[in-house]
Amino acid sequence: MEKNMYSIIIPTYNERLNIALVVYLVFKHLREFDFEIIIVDDSSPDGTQDIVKQLQLLYGEERILLRARKKKLGLGTAYCHGLKHASGDFVIIMDADLSHHPKYLPSFIRKQKETEASIVTGTRYVRGGGVHGWNLMRKLTSRGANVLAQTFLWPGVSDLTGSFRLYKKSVLEDVIGSVVSKGYVFQMEMIVRASRKGYHIEEVPITFVDRVYGTSKLGGSEIVEYLKGLIYLIFAT
Amino acid sequence: MKHIVKILGLLVTISAIWIGLLQASIVSSSYAWLLPVYLIILLGCYGLFMVGVGLMFFPTCPQESHLLQKDIAEAKDFLKRKGIDVNSD
Repeated sequence: MEKNMYSIIIPTYNERLNIALVVYLVFKHLREFDFEIIIVDDSSPDGTQDIVKQLQLLYGEERILLRARKKKLGLGTAYCHGLKHASGDFVIIMDADLSHHPKYLPSFIRKQKETEASIVTGTRYVRGGGVHGWNLMRKLTSRGANVLAQTFLWPGVSDLTGSFRLYKKSVLEDVIGSVVSKGYVFQMEMIVRASRKGYHIEEVPITFVDRVYGTSKLGGSEIVEYLKGLIYLIFAT
Repeated sequence: MKHIVKILGLLVTISAIWIGLLQASIVSSSYAWLLPVYLIILLGCYGLFMVGVGLMFFPTCPQESHLLQKDIAEAKDFLKRKGIDVNSD
């Protein structure tokens, strides 16, 4: 049986502590798998890259790749940049802030093997998954946004804005080329375009512990951005 | 096919049925004219209902926060032993 190689792309910006924790947990949970971690750092001023270099000494440069960029350039291009250096047959994208727990990585891999799916996406909104750290208002906007999307867009997945996903490398390359949106609408466009192209998409439940939300609010501008994104996707996909 | 085309197709089908109902007088004329309004109200109610149900059964995971704290402590301990200094912020 051929052994699959998984390239994990983690964009970072000022994640000095979190990236070390994430790397430790990835190694802890993926012991039986062949993988590499590609860290795309946008010149973090807090010394994230120094920590990554120390991690490279500890775990090996073949396992931890630091592919930095000169300035803060955004998520979509970070994935493209990471993709260029990915040598795996599968690419996993995840956040560096521990809202995506590496303990779910085996379940993504298992689901893909069982179903031969092209994409496995993590969903927070099904039984077995969940969110911690959201107040009622946040849950309301999330649920409202989801109902709007399901009613008018028929996306084919239950969690549209999630960014914890496993892609077959060729599929990611194909879809990412046709995506134009930025921010979290980028994630929405990725999965909707993949769905429209007929790729087999499976979901696994994940839990999402939001430690960041307390500091930032979901304001009117995010809601407007979401609605614009939804309308764009209805017309463009 | 773009999604908007699918939606327009659906609207055209519904309109055709509506016009058919008006022509064939199966339903009384005054009632038939208001059918689109009823449909929109129904859609709105469905949407609100789905939001309410979703909110009631929103999956939460309070225990995950504790598990995460344990994992963080374990990771920090490991990193300290290996000499990687992260200075928690």
